[in-house]
Amino acid sequence: MRNVFIPETQKDLFDIIADKPEAFLFAGGTDLFVKLRSGLVDAADLVSLERINDLKGVEDNGDEVFIGACTTHSALLADSVIKKHFPVLVKSLMVLGSPQIRNMGTIGGNIITASPAGDALPPLYLLGAEVELKKKYSSRLVSIKDFIKGPGETDLAPGEVLTGVRLRKYPEYNLHHYEKVGQRNSLAISIVSFAAVLNINDAGIIARARFAWGSAGPTVITCEDAEDFLAGRPLSRESLEHAAYLARKAVTPIDDVRASAEYRRQVSGNLILRIEGLLNRSE
Amino acid sequence: MKISFILNGNDTCIDVAPDKRVIDVLREDLGLTGTKEACGSGECGACTVLSDGETRLSCLMVAAQLQGKNLVTIEGIGSENALHPIQEAFIEHGAVQCGFCTPGMVLSTLALLKTNPSPSREEIREGISGNLCRCTGYQKIVDAISAAAVRMGGQDK
Repeated sequence: MRNVFIPETQKDLFDIIADKPEAFLFAGGTDLFVKLRSGLVDAADLVSLERINDLKGVEDNGDEVFIGACTTHSALLADSVIKKHFPVLVKSLMVLGSPQIRNMGTIGGNIITASPAGDALPPLYLLGAEVELKKKYSSRLVSIKDFIKGPGETDLAPGEVLTGVRLRKYPEYNLHHYEKVGQRNSLAISIVSFAAVLNINDAGIIARARFAWGSAGPTVITCEDAEDFLAGRPLSRESLEHAAYLARKAVTPIDDVRASAEYRRQVSGNLILRIEGLLNRSE
Repeated sequence: MKISFILNGNDTCIDVAPDKRVIDVLREDLGLTGTKEACGSGECGACTVLSDGETRLSCLMVAAQLQGKNLVTIEGIGSENALHPIQEAFIEHGAVQCGFCTPGMVLSTLALLKTNPSPSREEIREGISGNLCRCTGYQKIVDAISAAAVRMGGQDK
């Protein structure tokens, strides 16, 4: 039998961590309890973060927004600040898991799990996300791309807790796009996911484009070659075709039970081509 | 560990291991076998319960998390002699075949109709997208939920 601690303040949380350094922390539990049951991990004691209120919620700080790590995906989807400033994140959360999983799972959990298929991760890369990591008497901010090291691997130090995510607002991006390719619409682990934010001017010229792929490498894949190529070019089939070619060279997918590496590589490029069809819709 | 919570409207106090899964507490300690386990990994929705009104998966929760919560299982919906309108609609529309997904479907429906009393068919499909049914092909379930919505005061869509 394991002890289950449910602290209500950060102070109590850090006292428990000091007392039980081997304990596993969890927020929604949607990942940890699956791994515990299948024997992939063995935890001595468990610490739930779900009742620490100051780890939840969205703070609008002008140019930046701070999201408490234990904010559930459902809470983010209902939040007016998130809806207004981060449509690309909203689109990814809408296809994350299922309604039940979104009621339980949290943004911090999606980051700490560091799955190559984590649905919220590609948008977070594009939104300049920095994670706030706290110990009892110290804290630091690390960019998400430096924090996530590999599948399931992060830069989290012993005794450290992911307490929040800081996002930058990018009002210049007037097109936000997210698409997940899976074996079904809901409850699917992505085969490839693709997030894009673009600044397209009135003449239809791409001023700036940023792309990120999930499930196309050990961590989120970005492709500066494709982004740089598109800058200053018209949003046309021809320019997107070349960006797709560059993207297929950048991704490093693997074969697994869901799809082959070659399929993933092809689809990673194809997803860029979708952008052409988005312009006529008001997104 | 002693845990106090509200279960289907009744104050409840149990003494169980804090790390026992909620689905096991419900089925084994409390004899409430309406909540089903199929996948045990959060992918099927058969074990769906309502915790403080929100759908959650009882296979991915442990007993200690129940402390102070308001939990509703399928046993708390309707009664033997007076079914809930959602349950009636499921029967009338043939939305039940083997029945294993039905408790979870009914609870997801209840949560959906609380926030969206007049869902479109597409919104219904989204609302039950966390509940797998391997018998009906979903059409009859969507029909039933549509009918239940109207019966409970929503508009026909």
